[in-house]
Amino acid sequence: MEWKNKADVVIVGGGILGVATAYYLAKLGRKDIVVLEKGTVCSGSTGRCGAGIRAQWGTEMNCRLGLAALDIFEQLDDELGLPTGLNQGGYLLVAYSEKEFENLKKGMKLQNDLGVKTRVVSLAEARGICPALDASDAVGFTYHARDGHADPFLTTFAYLEVAKRLGVSYFRRTEVTGVTVKGGKAVGVDTTKGHIDADLVINCAGAYAQVIAKMAGVDLPNWGERHEIMITEPVEPGVCPPMLMSFSGNYYIQQRPHGSIICGVSPKGHPQDFELRTTWQFITHMSTVLNKLLPVTKGIRIVRHWSGLYDMTPDGSPIIGETDVKNFYHSTGYSGHGFMLGPIAGKILAQHLTGSKPDIDFSMLDYRRFARGELIVEPNIT
Amino acid sequence: MPDKEKDIVVCRCEEITLGEIREWIDRGYDSVNEIKRVLRAGMGPCQGRGCQDIIMREISRRHGIPLDEVEAGTVRPPVKSIKTGLLVAGGGE
Repeated sequence: MEWKNKADVVIVGGGILGVATAYYLAKLGRKDIVVLEKGTVCSGSTGRCGAGIRAQWGTEMNCRLGLAALDIFEQLDDELGLPTGLNQGGYLLVAYSEKEFENLKKGMKLQNDLGVKTRVVSLAEARGICPALDASDAVGFTYHARDGHADPFLTTFAYLEVAKRLGVSYFRRTEVTGVTVKGGKAVGVDTTKGHIDADLVINCAGAYAQVIAKMAGVDLPNWGERHEIMITEPVEPGVCPPMLMSFSGNYYIQQRPHGSIICGVSPKGHPQDFELRTTWQFITHMSTVLNKLLPVTKGIRIVRHWSGLYDMTPDGSPIIGETDVKNFYHSTGYSGHGFMLGPIAGKILAQHLTGSKPDIDFSMLDYRRFARGELIVEPNIT
Repeated sequence: MPDKEKDIVVCRCEEITLGEIREWIDRGYDSVNEIKRVLRAGMGPCQGRGCQDIIMREISRRHGIPLDEVEAGTVRPPVKSIKTGLLVAGGGE
């Protein structure tokens, strides 16, 4: 594709956030949009994620975003005309102490008030939802049937293919090396392919967002946190149809519609080094967790193991909005949940930038909340 | 493409055909990883041992890139599949 040296909107980062934002901007009438991707399509965090989508959150903002994201996912195949691999097997959250169960129920009350139909289920009912589940040491469970899974690859490629049809340009293997600021306004970016002038620059660089922000002189307190994850060979369905997740148990496990089981844990020590290494300790620990919860998995083989970066913020909530540099926007800091929130985040930012009222008012997600000490702490993260 | 080539199964683990692979290469994708991500070719139990060379050759031909410049797919651990039960302390069958 021929290089462009001028655009209306330049989006830094070609993962789910970048392509969804580009798609909704183009759909709502912005012309001349360019997306810049350092690697290839889905080579960053989007293609490395656990693929879950849920509305069982602990803050009002994340519940609203999660529920609106489900609304989008449920009609996205029709809207884009390409499959996104949506499979709603629910999220089954597991509590291992009375205190943790109380916290889940507190979250459920908030979710119910906002229209998320989470409910408490018994161990017998949990086994009906997840037939291979042992979990005899669990104290309680909550379940939301509309939660589930979509395919991050298919979803990103689908948004991208349709965005391209709407005139969006997508440059792969193009790394941003500088953000040009003149008179307090962002006016372009430098890249490994050359300079590009822009009226608007949107930072969707995931775990590298703070690096891009710094190029414009904006400090973000974000960091990239390495998480490991693995997937098994495909087996008969019915092992773990819901996303089985526990905050204290520190795991998430789900069988994809295709039959393979994908699972991960949060790292100990939370490395913040941008490395994408994998460790033997992870697969032995993960296998132990997996075999205990779902004994039938003992004879199932791991085929692949990799790692990816959560784009963390100090409160675990996203950053969306303009910065002290005019025309320089962020949509980042999704803290491990950028794939599931990407569609709604792209839509509301595009609505804001095309002069319509966003479906969800995101002004509280301004990055200056950290300096003001107004954190929106999300407890439901693993 | 001759019709008889279209249905040739290239990735046997995931049953991906030559026709599907050529369709996505022709949309502009030129790396094994992208074809793997969008079609699952190379994601099955053999992890691309059977299909990677064929996909690279197709990319080379259709995009006019020398074969040795086509980006190969990422090789991920554990390389050969392992039963989870064998990784657990006191495991084995």
